[in-house]
Amino acid sequence: MNPSYYVILAAALFTIGAVGVLIRRNAIVLFMCVELMLNAANLALVTFSRINGTLDGQIMAFFVMVVAAAEVVVGLAIIMAIFRTRRSASVDETNLLKY
Amino acid sequence: MHALATDYAHAEGMLSSFWLLIAIPLASAAILLLAGRWADRWGHLLGCASVGVSFVLGLIYFLELRNLPADARNGGLSLFTFVPVADLRIDFGLLFDPLSALFVLLITGVGFLIHVYAIGYMAHNPPDQRHENSATTRRRFFGYFNLFVAAMLLLVLGNNYVILYIGWEGVGLASYLLISFWYLRPSATTAGKKAFLMNRVGDASFVIAIFLMFATVGSVGFATVFSEVDRMTSGVTLALGLLLLLGACGKSGQFPLQAWLPDAMEGPTPVSALIHAATMVTAGVYLIARSNPIFDANPTAQAFVVGVGVTTLLIGCVIGCAKDDIKRVLAWSTVSQIGYMFLGVGLGGAAYALAIIHLLAHGFFKAALFLGAGSVMHGMNDQVDIRRFGALWTYMRITWATFGVAWLAIIGIPPLSGFFSKEPIITAAFERPGWQGWVVGLGAMIGAGLTAFYMTRLFVLTFHGPKRWTDDIKHPHESPPVMTVPLIFLAIGSAVAGGLMATPVKDWLNPVFGVEGAAEAEPVLNHAAITLLSIVVTLVGALIGWWLFRDGTALEPQPAGPVVVAARNNLYLDAVNEALFEMPGKYLTRALVYFDNKGIDGLVNGLAAGIGGGSGRLRRLQTGFVRTYALSMLGGALLIAIAFLVVRLA
Repeated sequence: MNPSYYVILAAALFTIGAVGVLIRRNAIVLFMCVELMLNAANLALVTFSRINGTLDGQIMAFFVMVVAAAEVVVGLAIIMAIFRTRRSASVDETNLLKY
Repeated sequence: MHALATDYAHAEGMLSSFWLLIAIPLASAAILLLAGRWADRWGHLLGCASVGVSFVLGLIYFLELRNLPADARNGGLSLFTFVPVADLRIDFGLLFDPLSALFVLLITGVGFLIHVYAIGYMAHNPPDQRHENSATTRRRFFGYFNLFVAAMLLLVLGNNYVILYIGWEGVGLASYLLISFWYLRPSATTAGKKAFLMNRVGDASFVIAIFLMFATVGSVGFATVFSEVDRMTSGVTLALGLLLLLGACGKSGQFPLQAWLPDAMEGPTPVSALIHAATMVTAGVYLIARSNPIFDANPTAQAFVVGVGVTTLLIGCVIGCAKDDIKRVLAWSTVSQIGYMFLGVGLGGAAYALAIIHLLAHGFFKAALFLGAGSVMHGMNDQVDIRRFGALWTYMRITWATFGVAWLAIIGIPPLSGFFSKEPIITAAFERPGWQGWVVGLGAMIGAGLTAFYMTRLFVLTFHGPKRWTDDIKHPHESPPVMTVPLIFLAIGSAVAGGLMATPVKDWLNPVFGVEGAAEAEPVLNHAAITLLSIVVTLVGALIGWWLFRDGTALEPQPAGPVVVAARNNLYLDAVNEALFEMPGKYLTRALVYFDNKGIDGLVNGLAAGIGGGSGRLRRLQTGFVRTYALSMLGGALLIAIAFLVVRLA
């Protein structure tokens, strides 16, 4: 199987995630899109590792998973805090910090 | 200073302490001004005593000087090095020579009599000045008075131009303080400022002359500068002469800087007497007489001095004829008499001494006239309008008699002083070659006739004719002895000083002015004829004055021809000053204010507004939406990636 397909898949997943972050309003969906982008990056890392024949990329993917897990904890806590005060998970309503 | 040959011999013996002349009045001024109310009760006595002691000392030094051989009659004194900067070394040096000795005697002698008179005159404050205790006012007054005398003594005793300049400025300061002495009167403070500012013009010119001396000679000492005169180009001597002349014009109230002097009448009357008789206005004459080698070296500069003198003496006479304020008439007569002195020093040669003799004689009779006027005002509730006097001679006999003597002296009736001091200057004026002799001589002679006219008018209107008093005056009174005794002394001086001084003072001063013997030029008219003619002109002027005003005058200003109206308005010279200097100055200031507001402030404020407005617009980028920030991050990351790719592919 040609490894470049995996690279194309990773790029597609990343683009979907990025567009989702930009256009969706629900904080949870936004969050899932971020996860999608992280996993796209992981897929790309693993693919490049396979192409180059070294283990560096795979080790890097583990690091990303750890960071992603920590990020999920903090991110969900923030979303919960916002939801409790505003009764809403829409990111467009939390726009007080502006000009 | 530089080389011994160009310095004055050090004063020996008794003379070595002549710095006391300045120190005593200065110390007294310091005590009076610093001691506060504690000195109120005896301050005026200390003020008089210090000047009196200075006079006695001056007399002793004068006699000491006279005992020296004629060619060694000068004593130098270097107290300390005043300015030691690289090449420039200026000593605080003093010089006591025949010229400064005469000035010292005039300043302290006449000054002492005026001080004594002021004890009586300043005993009570005028009605609009009762906010301060009279004794305090008088102590302050005597403090300034002593400062004035000390500054004037420093002026005439300095041995270089810088020391002379310090005294010069001290006199300016003291005159400012004294002219605006009644500081609650707006007219007095304005007059003080006017005097100070007009003097500044002359002072600036004098300072430039000092710079020029240092630039060309490298020194400002009299001896050094005068010994270098021969080596100067005629351009330098002309520049020095004209700059010194303008400086002298400022201090002496000569054309074109004459306007401050009549306004100086706002001060108390003894101040007018001191300014006009003993100090201040004589400083300009002293400066030119002292700088005689510079003026002798350049006939053009001398011609300018003569021109200024004749112009001013005629201006003073013409305006004096049209004024109704007793002190202003006297002030314009001072302007005109100083004009005679300038004429004298401008003629040069033997006429230097004539000018100094006229200056000394003038000191006596002008002091007598001013103090007499003060005495009249004292008895008439401070009235100064001669139209409201009349018939005072029976009420104030001493004032009348002393004023009368001074009046005859100033118009030059023989054998009183004025005849011996003014008539030789007129004769000397006729000695100028060619048409100049006629113009200058006739100008001086017409001046003498006009002087006789307006002084007679003043005298007749004040003391004779019908009573024209204001209603509040019932019994005018003679002044107390403390005021009349100085008047008597001054009247005696006015009567005899001129005759006594005429010959000896000339011999006494001629070494200073480098005049050996009397090689007189041939005047365009015969000497006897000039003398006779000037006496006739004087008598005619006086007779016309008496004839026109023997029955008094109208109480209100009368309509008059253009000449009289012009004279009443000071020949429009104030208007010229206003149009030429004041208005352009005002417009320049306004233009600068406009430029500052619109130009400079506009630039600064515009820049600030631009930055403020720009940042207000940039602020709008912060929308508060997370996705905006996410988009900008994505955009940034993409930009970096593209940049990498571009670099890679290129």
